[in-house]
Amino acid sequence: MTAEAAVKYVTEIPEEEVSRVSEWINSEEYKEKNFARQALVINPAHACQPLGAELAAHGFEGTLPFVHGSQGCASYYRSTFNRHFREPAPAVSDSMTEDGAVFGGQNNLHEGLENAYTIYKPKMMAIFTSCMPEVIGDDLTAFIKNARNKGIVPQDYPLPYANTPSFNGSHVHGYDAMLLSILQTLTEGKKIEGRCTGKLNLIAGFDANTGNYREYKRILKEIGIPYTLLADISESFDSPLDGTYRAYPGGTPLEDAADSINGKVTLTVAPYASAKTFNWIKDNFSGKHISMPTPFGVEKTDQLLMTLAKEFGKPIPESLKAERGRAVDAMTDAHQYIHGKKFALYGDPDYLIGYVTFLLEMGARPYHILCSKGTKKLEKELQALLDGSPYGAGCKIYINKDLWHMRSLLMTDPVDAVIGDTHGKFMARDAKVPLFRFGFPIFDRVNLHRMPLIGYQGAINMLTTICNKFIDIRDETCDDRNFEMMR
Amino acid sequence: MRQIAIYGKGGIGKSTTTQNTVAGLASIGKKVMIVGCDPKADSTRLILHAKAQSTVMDLVRELGTVEDLELEDVMKVGYGDVKCVESGGPEPGVGCAGRGVITAINFLEENGAYTPDLDFVFYDVLGDVVCGGFAMPIREGKAEEIYIVCSGEMMAMYAANNIAKGILKYASSGKVRLAGLICNARKTDKEYELIDALAKKLGTQMIHFVPRDNQVQRAELRRMTVIEYSPEHPQANEYRTLAQKIADNKMLVVPTPLEMEELEDLLMEFGIMEAEDESIVGVAEAAAV
Repeated sequence: MTAEAAVKYVTEIPEEEVSRVSEWINSEEYKEKNFARQALVINPAHACQPLGAELAAHGFEGTLPFVHGSQGCASYYRSTFNRHFREPAPAVSDSMTEDGAVFGGQNNLHEGLENAYTIYKPKMMAIFTSCMPEVIGDDLTAFIKNARNKGIVPQDYPLPYANTPSFNGSHVHGYDAMLLSILQTLTEGKKIEGRCTGKLNLIAGFDANTGNYREYKRILKEIGIPYTLLADISESFDSPLDGTYRAYPGGTPLEDAADSINGKVTLTVAPYASAKTFNWIKDNFSGKHISMPTPFGVEKTDQLLMTLAKEFGKPIPESLKAERGRAVDAMTDAHQYIHGKKFALYGDPDYLIGYVTFLLEMGARPYHILCSKGTKKLEKELQALLDGSPYGAGCKIYINKDLWHMRSLLMTDPVDAVIGDTHGKFMARDAKVPLFRFGFPIFDRVNLHRMPLIGYQGAINMLTTICNKFIDIRDETCDDRNFEMMR
Repeated sequence: MRQIAIYGKGGIGKSTTTQNTVAGLASIGKKVMIVGCDPKADSTRLILHAKAQSTVMDLVRELGTVEDLELEDVMKVGYGDVKCVESGGPEPGVGCAGRGVITAINFLEENGAYTPDLDFVFYDVLGDVVCGGFAMPIREGKAEEIYIVCSGEMMAMYAANNIAKGILKYASSGKVRLAGLICNARKTDKEYELIDALAKKLGTQMIHFVPRDNQVQRAELRRMTVIEYSPEHPQANEYRTLAQKIADNKMLVVPTPLEMEELEDLLMEFGIMEAEDESIVGVAEAAAV
């Protein structure tokens, strides 16, 4: 094939036109048009409900996530996890096709359950839906009851299920719905009057950072608090490579999850990603129920530790006090490289609140804060954080806007850096600022999901990542005469 | 709280019957909510005296999302403190009305519309159970009592039988039951006897025979129920009687729908349909000798 025959543009666009438009999309005028946009979403910063549901399902022992819907949907969730964790994400779908859409998906569900139960021998299958069965109105309650009556699965086999239409809410809501159903299923009839496990139930929410889970566990071990993590994905997506394939590594033991209803304290550190679950827990679980923000930064970590110490009547160990001291030292050493810097942030509600808390603590400015699936409640909470600090002045919150809006903001009202996930790399490149990948998903860097962001250690990690990048940039771009040994 | 779904052939008078019955229940002191599950959104106009109430899906269309919707935007209170909600839906020929019903009912659940003070929730559902969305009101945990509005016309009876088939499907996996046929009379021949017989064959009862009376239309022109427009009129009494019968009804059955032949036999028995003459089937008028 000759070079001329290879690829031809359908429409030739002159160089000048291309450069004119490239300039124009950076302008204030374009920003206004962009923000007037209503019908179209470009590059949203969230995934769909069933993806969140699948993460929750992976967090339980021997559990097979089961997608009631089309195969392509299931592939999307799985490949997203594959790329983020660089680990397998075993899940099945009942492969609904055209006939399922017309006649309803009961046959698919039944055949799928039968196959998966026989072949993969899971201890539990967590069922959640993609768009198609939701649009046609499949009645999961009835389908599952029929499956049991037909003997496809034993009567007492745990089959939690959640309606998770992709066109509604985000991965955060799907996580919540699935976790709720799993807890409802496993704890049914397990409440024993007068029994107390003496344990903490910790809900981490949709958190795709396995390092964070390990960090929670380490902190709890240090204080000496017995716990059940609801749900624990740390081993599921960060299991050791030793030559043996395990279909269901790790996960919260089903017995522990069942007994969690008799817990001493149930604590969610993800109020937005577990809102419905927590509401239900308040009415159904024994013991105390506490909701607090994800412990990003020193203050919120202090709050977590003091709450735990109080509720369990244990002193905060010296080791953690020393760790706090080291975090404060790290902040002092590094503050000059971050103080006053402007950041653009986007992500899930719980994480966003965490970023803002951490940045304000460092005297940095969370300048553009964007959530592509948020509520007025979130906006209020973020605004309250901004109002509580001098560094919050002039910072703005954008709810239900997307990353194309964010790009306009970066171009017309520049910042020093962006915090988010891999989806922001294009706009960060256009704006010539670094992107810190603290969110989900991360497709283009390795091992970041192993670096905890919560707790004192997390604060040190974020601070180190951010400040050293700024110093790198200075080293790479400064004149020779300013290229110093000391920074 | 008893949740009740009203089904029946299109144009049979479901909305009129529902609203008059609900007005009857309200007049005996019951707290009722009506959830209109029909994109035409005409299930509450007689209670609210309104042309059309703004529906859940109207507001969703406006806001572009269901998340910013508030319950008070979609719930109106009308005659006898009856709470009214319309699911609404797309224009005919586009989109998915069934999903509209699912969205609306989910919204009501999540936003606490089902308050414990309610004695009854009525779902006024469009026509047959045509897809999963229109079966939403009879899913597990929702309406367990179904009334079918019908008349002595052949197609209305076909529809009633078809709906009974739908109910049977749901009854086998859940608690939903057929609670009775409501005959909204069209003054056809032997109407009472016919519907009574159909009800018995379906294993249920004709809970009430509502005679035809133009007072209903006169009230409708004023966007009122008969009970409110002319409480002394005999027709108002009919609806109050129906309301009381529903309030007292304990007969909830798994229906036994008829095969097509059986249904036709029934119609023939009452002289509604003539015995089939296979020799005339498919023969055009001109060709017939």
